Amino acid sequence: MRLPLLALLARGPAHGYELKQGLEQLLGSAYPQPNVGQIYVTLGRLEKSGLIEGEEIAQSNRPNKKIYRLTDAGREALHVWFEDPTDEPRVRDEFFMKLALAPASGMADQITLINKQRRQYLNTLRDLSKLAAAEDRDNRISQLLIEGAMLHLQADLDWLERCQEELE
Amino acid sequence: MSDAARSSVVPSSGAASSDAPSAGASDAAAAPPVLRAEGLVKTYRGEGAPAHAVRGVDLVVRPGEFVAITGPSGAGKSTLLHLLGGLQRPDSGSIWLDGTRVDGHSEAGWAVLRRRRIGVVFQFFNLVSNLTVADNIELPALLAGSNARQARAERHRLLTELGLEGKERSMPGELSGGEQQRVALARALVNHPGLLLADEPTGSLDSKGTREVMRLLSRFHQRGQAILLVTHDHRLASAADRVISFFDGRVADDAVLGAKTGGGRGVAGVLELKD
Repeated sequence: MRLPLLALLARGPAHGYELKQGLEQLLGSAYPQPNVGQIYVTLGRLEKSGLIEGEEIAQSNRPNKKIYRLTDAGREALHVWFEDPTDEPRVRDEFFMKLALAPASGMADQITLINKQRRQYLNTLRDLSKLAAAEDRDNRISQLLIEGAMLHLQADLDWLERCQEELE
Repeated sequence: MSDAARSSVVPSSGAASSDAPSAGASDAAAAPPVLRAEGLVKTYRGEGAPAHAVRGVDLVVRPGEFVAITGPSGAGKSTLLHLLGGLQRPDSGSIWLDGTRVDGHSEAGWAVLRRRRIGVVFQFFNLVSNLTVADNIELPALLAGSNARQARAERHRLLTELGLEGKERSMPGELSGGEQQRVALARALVNHPGLLLADEPTGSLDSKGTREVMRLLSRFHQRGQAILLVTHDHRLASAADRVISFFDGRVADDAVLGAKTGGGRGVAGVLELKD
């Protein structure tokens, strides 16, 4: 969450709660929101590493609030983030290892493993469809997030099908 | 023991068959299944080795149930659907529709069933190209005995429902793939069949057309339409209550969706952005 928070601060100084709201607005209700505590912890770390700096603002009747702004180092880190392509998603290595090791262990059947895994993916795919239908249609970022998750699961299901063809 | 009661305890074939489908089981158990098949076998014998397309399939679809069959191409899933719709004949096995045995029916008998009890949609729509949209939909209603006024009213209702108002006079060739498939859905449903068979209905559609057909199938299902869908598209399959995985002519798994499987990170875990 470090770099998304830096990116939100690129548009101007803000305090922790504003950043949480900014994230919510952008990503929609589909995205599991980090709690405000996580955000404050991350902001503390970013400040310690010199990527942002905080300024205490005194408030009457309330505890001080801290406004954060991006430092030059922070801006540079953000440049690098946008510049570099992102790592590929990992193949399901945990499931793959189960599949690969099942016969040798004598403790599990490969086809049973595949069937179980397929059920789980299908159920999640179904839940994602429902979520997409419930989510604001005009929030394109949020819809694209759900769409991306569905396409990944579809690919995983296609791969399970290939496994089953080969191993059955 | 009644057919319905017996069929609910007949295990599906295949190594990993599962818990019996439960959707609406209490109501549905009283009525006979809309579709029941036992021991279906179909082998293609041409030159070379015989191709075992369907090798011993038992299947039950209950009233109002939405069942998807998925599997790789060549697994025999389309052949299975064709056997169930009487478009091809099994080498052996039995088929019941609404509790009545139908596998002995003649071509003409099956044609009547497909007019009244089973609606079918195909990958390539199969509309009559030199008839208007309106005539494509009204014709099966007229053939099934509706009068012209009833057929028109039903056609109007379906076209409105499917978002195709104003297309009555169009010819199929003037419509997009998604629109043609919606006309095909209207034609398949015009006589209120108990069962809709759909063979790769999104197989020749773009993603927009696919989503549209998916939405419509879900909507008809929510109103109680029983659907048996064959698709290689897992996303489309996940709209069903039950997904049957078909490999090499056999049922490899029969999974009820929506019941929590336990474990897994679920939606939140899949969507979470990692640092």
